[in-house]
Amino acid sequence: MHNTEQVESKIDSAGLIDELCSFVSSDSVLFEKEDLKPYECDGLSAYRAIPLVVVLPETIEQVQKVLGLCHHYSVPVVARGAGTGLSGGALPHEQGVLLSLAKFKSIIEINPERRIARVQPGVRNLAISEAADEFGLYYAPDPSSQIACTIGGNVAENSGGVHCLKYGLTVHNIQQIKIITIEGEILTIGGSGLDSAGYDLLALMTGSEGMLGVIVEVTVKLLPKPERAQVLLAAFDDVVKAGEAVGNIIAAGIIPAGLEMMDRLAISAAEDFVHAGYPLDAEAILLCELDGTNEEVSEHVLKVRELFKHSGATEVRTAKDENERLTFWKGRKAAFPAVGRLSPDYYCMDGTIPRKQLPKVLESIATLSKEYELPVANVFHAGDGNLHPLILYDANNPGELERTEEFGGKILELCVAVGGTITGEHGVGMEKINQMCVQFDRLELSQFHAVKAAFDPDGLLNPGKAVPTLHRCAEFGAMHVHKGELPFPELERF
Amino acid sequence: MNSDTSQQLQQQVQSAYKEKTALCIVGGNSKVFYGRHVTGEPLNVSDHRGVLNYEPTELVITARAGTPLREIEKVLSDNGQMLPFEPPAFSNDATLGGTIACNLSGPRRAYAGAARDFLLGCKIINGKGELLTFGGEVMKNVAGYDVSRLMAGAMGTLGVLLEVSLKVLPIAEMEATQQFECNASEALDKLHQWSKTPLPLSASSFHDSVLRVRLSGATKAVEAAISTIGGDSTDSASRYWHELKEQQQDFFKDDKPLWRISLASDIESLGLPADYENDDCLYEWGGALRWLKSHVPADTIQSTAAKLDGHASLLGTPRQEGQFQPLTPGLLRIHKNLKQAFDPENILNPGRLYPGL
Repeated sequence: MHNTEQVESKIDSAGLIDELCSFVSSDSVLFEKEDLKPYECDGLSAYRAIPLVVVLPETIEQVQKVLGLCHHYSVPVVARGAGTGLSGGALPHEQGVLLSLAKFKSIIEINPERRIARVQPGVRNLAISEAADEFGLYYAPDPSSQIACTIGGNVAENSGGVHCLKYGLTVHNIQQIKIITIEGEILTIGGSGLDSAGYDLLALMTGSEGMLGVIVEVTVKLLPKPERAQVLLAAFDDVVKAGEAVGNIIAAGIIPAGLEMMDRLAISAAEDFVHAGYPLDAEAILLCELDGTNEEVSEHVLKVRELFKHSGATEVRTAKDENERLTFWKGRKAAFPAVGRLSPDYYCMDGTIPRKQLPKVLESIATLSKEYELPVANVFHAGDGNLHPLILYDANNPGELERTEEFGGKILELCVAVGGTITGEHGVGMEKINQMCVQFDRLELSQFHAVKAAFDPDGLLNPGKAVPTLHRCAEFGAMHVHKGELPFPELERF
Repeated sequence: MNSDTSQQLQQQVQSAYKEKTALCIVGGNSKVFYGRHVTGEPLNVSDHRGVLNYEPTELVITARAGTPLREIEKVLSDNGQMLPFEPPAFSNDATLGGTIACNLSGPRRAYAGAARDFLLGCKIINGKGELLTFGGEVMKNVAGYDVSRLMAGAMGTLGVLLEVSLKVLPIAEMEATQQFECNASEALDKLHQWSKTPLPLSASSFHDSVLRVRLSGATKAVEAAISTIGGDSTDSASRYWHELKEQQQDFFKDDKPLWRISLASDIESLGLPADYENDDCLYEWGGALRWLKSHVPADTIQSTAAKLDGHASLLGTPRQEGQFQPLTPGLLRIHKNLKQAFDPENILNPGRLYPGL
C-alpha cells in the first residue's frame, strides 16, 4: 500500500475484538493467526495481507454495529463475499477489519410475476438461477466463477460474463439494493419500479468495489429462459478474419447471446484438457451462441453460417444437439484452468478495446510476449471487446512475477492507448491501481475522490483500492506520459 | 452546423464558479416542463453539436451534447440501427444532452432498458469548470466509479454534458402490434403471463379497455409470437406508439395535472382515496409505469407511491412547475454530498431536481 493510503487507527486490537464479541457470537470473530490465514487473499493470490480481525455477522443490525464501531474508532473495513475476485478488491487491510458477508446466504423472495429475486449478498450467482428455474426464469449475468461467486461481490464489481453483449452487465440486471454506510446507517437504493427518484445511486454503487458502502441485500431482475440456444463454431486461419467475421455478424443486425474468440495457444490448451474437438490447426476460433424463440434461432443460425463462410472461415460447425453445444462451450469455459496446465502460474488480464483494434492489439501483445519472454494465450469476449490475455509464468523463478506484472501493465496501457479501458469486468482493486493513473488524469481522479468522500469522508471503506492517490500517481507517473503531457507537474517527485 | 463550443462553455462555467452565479443549462428547451424552475444565466449547449464517431459494427455512437436528437436518430436509421430506449423528444429541437440529462425513455424501456442502460461514457464540465471524461466507447468498463450513468437523470445538476457515447442496436426486422379488449386486471394478468415467456415484446400499453402489445424481432419470431398471443392486429400502430411516446395522444391533452408513477408492474390499485380512485390512468411498461391525470394532492400520491416502493413525479405545465418524489433523509444527505462533490458553489441548474441540489 502506498504511504498516502494509510489510515490512522486509534484502537488496540484487543479492545476492538472485545467490542465485536459483545454483539457477534465469539466463534464469528476470528483473530488467531491460523484462523485469519484463509482470508489473506482473494482470487488474485499474488497479493496477500493478514487482517487484524475477521468478523462474520449474521444480521443486518450486526453489520450496522460493526461499521458503526469501525467508524467510531477509525478502523479500516474491507468487505468480502466469496473471495473469487481477480483484482485483489477483497485483499485485507493489515490494520483493519475484514467483514465477511458469507453468512448472508438466504434467498428472501422470488417473485415470478415481478420477475425479481430478492436475495442476501452471500447468495451465489448460480444459486439464483437455480432457484428461479422452476418458474422458467434465470439471472442473466454469468461470470465464469458463477458457481462460487456471490451476488454482493457481483454488484460491487459490476460483474459481466459471456452473455453481456445481449443481456448486459450486473448494472443492467439489478433493481434495488440495501447498503450500510460507514456510519452504520441503512439506505435503500432503487425501488420496485424500473427507475427511482433522484440521482442514479444504483449505478454509482454498482462496480464501486466496496468503497462507498456495504451491500446487505440485492434485488435482481430475472429473465425468461430462452426457448432455444444454439452454438456455431467457426475456425479461421487468421485472427484478422475472425475479427472481421464478428463485425459482419453485428452489421447484419444479429446480436448473439455470446460471441467468444480463442487464439491458437488457448485452443490447444483447451483441447488438451477437455477434448472439445476444436480444430488444432486454426489460428483462431469463434464460438457464436444464438438464443431466442425457436424460429428466430433457426433463421439466425443459417445467416451466421453464411456470414462465417463469407468471412473466410476454414470450417463452420453447428452443434447438432444440446450435448454438442455444451461440449463446444466446455473448452471455452475451461480455458483458464486449461492454460493453467501449461505453466505453473498464469496471470489473467482484463482489458477492453474497441473491437476493430483487435488485430493491432494482438500483434502488440505478441511483440511484448517476445520481449518479456513470457508466452500469452488470448481469450476474448469478442462481442463486447473484452480481452483476457493469460500470461504464463513461474512464480518460483526469481523476478518472473515482477516481469509478468510489468508485462500485464503494458497490455493495459495498450488497451487505453487504442481507446479502451484497463478493466472490463474484473475491477481495479489493488491490481490495476497504477494503471488508473494512465486512464484518468489528476482532475478525474480528484473527482473520484470527491465521490468517495460523499459516502465515506474518512476513507475507511476498502482504503487503498480502486482509485489511486495523486501522490501514488506522481510516483508511478514519472515513467508515464498521459495524453501527451507530463502528469501532475505540480507535485514533487519522490 | 457542426461546431465545438466546449472552450466557451468551459470559460462560462469557470467564471460562474468564480463569481458564484447560477447557470441554467439549455439545450433545445424541449423538456423545460420536466422538473423545477431554475433561475440563472443561460448556458446554451445547443451550438456544441456534431456526431464525432459512429461505427455501426462497433454498436457505438459518440456525439456532442447539443446534437439534435433527430439528427442522431437519422444517422442511426440510415444504418439500420436505433437508440434502443426510444427516447421522447417533445420537440424537433430536443438535443442528445437533454435526452440523457433527463433519462427519459419511451415504450421500449421495459423490454430493452433505459437511457442510462445504454450510456457508455461522457465528457462533462463539473461545477468548478473542469473538463472530465468518464467511461468510454466500449461495452464493458469498470475502471473508476460509474460517473457517466450518474449523469443520466441528474438534470444537469452535477455537470454540463459535453459529449455522450451510447450503445446502439439494430432495428428489428419486423414489428407488429396486437390489441385486446379487456379490463385493467386482465391486462396486467396477460402482460405478466407473456413476460414470463421468451416472447419478443417491445412495448405495451393499456388505456380505455384496450391493451396493446408490440412485438419486434426476426420476422419468423414475430409471426410465431402473434399466433401465440392472439388478439387483433392494428394498422396505425407505429403512429400510435410515436404519439404515446411524444405525449401527443388525446389522453395527454387535458388541463388536469399529469402524474408519472413508477412502481412494481403487478400493483392493481394504487389505493388512492375514493375521490381519486377512478381518475383516468394510462399504463405502460408492462404495468410498471402509470400516467395518472388527477387533482390528487402531491403529498397524498407521493406517500402512496412511497408505500408501494415506487415514486411519483408531477409533470410541469407553463403555469405550474414539476415536482419529483421527495427523498428519504439518508438519501437526501448523500445527494447533497454528491452535489457538493461535483458542484461546490451550487451553480449548475440549482434546484432543478430538488430544492438545495
